[in-house]
Amino acid sequence: MIQREEARGKWDIITGNHAVAHAARLARVKVVPAYPITPQTTIVEYIADFIARGEMDAEYIRVESEHSAMASAIGAAAVGARTFTATASQGLLLMHEVLHWAVGARLPIGMAVVNRAVGPPWSIHVDHQDAISQRDTGWMIMFVSSNQEALDSVLMMYKVAEDDRVLLPFMVCLDGFVLSHTYQPVHIPDQGDVDAFLPEYKPKHWIMDPEDPITYGNLVMPDQDYMEMRWSIHESMIEAKSVIKEVSAEFRDRFGRFHGDLVWKYRADDADVVIVTTGTLASEAEEAVDVLREKGENVGLLKIRSYRPFPTEDVVGVADGRKLLVVIDRSISFGQGGPLATDIRSALFTYGVDTPVVGFVTGLGGRDITYEDIAKMVAIAREKASARELRPVEWYKLKKG
Amino acid sequence: MAKTVMDLAKGPKYVLPGTAACPGCGAQIALKWVLKALEGRTIFVIPACCTSVIQGPYPKSAFKFPVFNMAFAAAAATASGIARGLKTQGKTGVTVVAWAGDGGTYDIGIQALSGAAERNEDILYICYDNEAYMNTGIQRSGATPPGAWTKTTPRGKAEMKKNMALIVASHGVPYVATASIGYPADFLKKLEKALNMRGFRYIQVFAPCPTGWNFPVDKTIEVAKLGVETYVWPLFEVERGRLRITMRPKRKPLKEYTKLQKRFRHLTDEQIEELEKAFLARWEALEKLEAQGTIFV
Amino acid sequence: MPTEIVVPVSPPSEAVVGKTGLWRVFRPVIHKDKCVKCWTCALYCMEDVIDEGPDGYPTIDYEFCKGCGICANECPTKAIEMVPEVRE
Repeated sequence: MIQREEARGKWDIITGNHAVAHAARLARVKVVPAYPITPQTTIVEYIADFIARGEMDAEYIRVESEHSAMASAIGAAAVGARTFTATASQGLLLMHEVLHWAVGARLPIGMAVVNRAVGPPWSIHVDHQDAISQRDTGWMIMFVSSNQEALDSVLMMYKVAEDDRVLLPFMVCLDGFVLSHTYQPVHIPDQGDVDAFLPEYKPKHWIMDPEDPITYGNLVMPDQDYMEMRWSIHESMIEAKSVIKEVSAEFRDRFGRFHGDLVWKYRADDADVVIVTTGTLASEAEEAVDVLREKGENVGLLKIRSYRPFPTEDVVGVADGRKLLVVIDRSISFGQGGPLATDIRSALFTYGVDTPVVGFVTGLGGRDITYEDIAKMVAIAREKASARELRPVEWYKLKKG
Repeated sequence: MAKTVMDLAKGPKYVLPGTAACPGCGAQIALKWVLKALEGRTIFVIPACCTSVIQGPYPKSAFKFPVFNMAFAAAAATASGIARGLKTQGKTGVTVVAWAGDGGTYDIGIQALSGAAERNEDILYICYDNEAYMNTGIQRSGATPPGAWTKTTPRGKAEMKKNMALIVASHGVPYVATASIGYPADFLKKLEKALNMRGFRYIQVFAPCPTGWNFPVDKTIEVAKLGVETYVWPLFEVERGRLRITMRPKRKPLKEYTKLQKRFRHLTDEQIEELEKAFLARWEALEKLEAQGTIFV
Repeated sequence: MPTEIVVPVSPPSEAVVGKTGLWRVFRPVIHKDKCVKCWTCALYCMEDVIDEGPDGYPTIDYEFCKGCGICANECPTKAIEMVPEVRE
């Protein structure tokens, strides 16, 4: 992250969940459906507290399940209210059906997802399977690596989502416990500055209104516009890439902080080997890069911030001309491989870039992966690449085999 | 907004002619009346059900009032969100209605309904009960009466019908009522009462389905009346926890109701007697509850 | 270039599945000599196609009447007769 002196707002030492709650407050969301699930629960608790203390003016719906949390978010957004909710793991999975509904309705709902492994068996610790499982829904999926980035990204993504060119919901993903429950210094922006950056939400495309009655979502036959509606969602996702870049640049100008836009590059410009990963593995990877550079290795990092829309152009641009990409996934598409690795290989092939890719799957169920592990993965990757042993999946720190 | 039954017969149309509803559709009659009572000042959430299809296909809709079509399980939750969203913007005078079939109420929708009722969300939930999953082609639901043929109970349903209105009443909500399209004046009175209250209000309206129950398409209203007169569908309301039976018809034998509907055709006389006893037991339980005063606390 | 947002939003319209009058096998005919203008037919009409005509009697929009016969069944004076629909 690049940062300059902030004139207004205040510093505090807070958890990722607290930072996200602040963001919802600063974004002046009007409706918050709330349901608890580890490790997200304190987000909705902080919000309840803000509202109770009069620091936030929003309707708080204590729903009875995550499916209803998203359904009520959709209802509120359909009448023009800026809406926010939070979930994790099983809760996100339970919402799956209605996640699709939010997208089809073109509603810019905001959600924080505190990444947690999915059961069975029960695990409350971090991996990205929950978010990755929503890959095809049409939600914009952003991963962050710090509490500051979590706060800032929620603010930025409302601006992106509500843009006329986008009109899609977004989830900001932060690693369970590693960020959600870990204290870091966070600058909480001034409300006036946020208001200037993020104006009031005023939907123009459609809304539920007795004065102008319309029916949303009735049956569409094959010869009618169903496919065009899907095309429109895809096009908006593609368009969102430029909007994310614009908004990230604007945020940097106004708030003095830049976390990257679709991606974040660290010492990558002259690297032979580029580590590609996301979430807090990316901050660990920055450490690994520094350690390896000390040893004379030309290593860099490409952090994926935006998983959907996928930053194809950025990935291809960075990969072109490198000796090796070391991709680290904290989730898996069973029977295929790591989702990031799969998307990256696809992007490279499409653009005729033949940089070898070694794709690791690791850290599942919260298995701790440090910068030392990442440095080891780079070494293993180098071996595999020179031995021309490029497989769909390399498991790292597995207790078997 | 004092209305009479004449207002349900005339006035502006909100369900525009040329819909996809079956000839004789009881649900559409109920819908027509509800919209005329509301004068269109409403936002409807419609989960998957017959009414989803009755609207007709995009790019047109038969409904001249705002409709949000929603996933099957989510009617009450979505309506809750709409009500809260309107509240934050200070928009008043709009009745938020969740309009669901029995499937989306008794079964898959019950969780969201229970949550919204417990939170006392300011919405009007109307269940039109045609006693099966009709939109998918007549499969049994928790609302299907015992003995009835459906495609998933070809020998007749074994289990008793869920007492849904009492389940909702047990949440302690301001208003719960049963209604029948055979008794429009009673239905309208209950609608008016509900519209003049705030908080969670629930009306369950008996909407016979000629297609699914297999009776002649011109007998929908007749069947709707007989259901009440044979005590299959008691008409009552629960206002602030106090139950009151709103109609005490002279009871007709159940056979007069079942003989009209081929879904009961396979029942023996003994079985019809069993069924009659079961519904009578429910009626007697209602009378006992009525005598208790304010009981749903 | 701004993206075209295509949304599944439909404005209200009559005849969403066409002229449903074509579904009829029987058509209701109102015998005005028996009609007492109680409007029971209009109340129960499932398609809302019975309105007050210029002569003050109920009139049926045959473009959309589905011929269910509820009106005939409920009319207290039996003023409505269901006759076979004849088409060329």
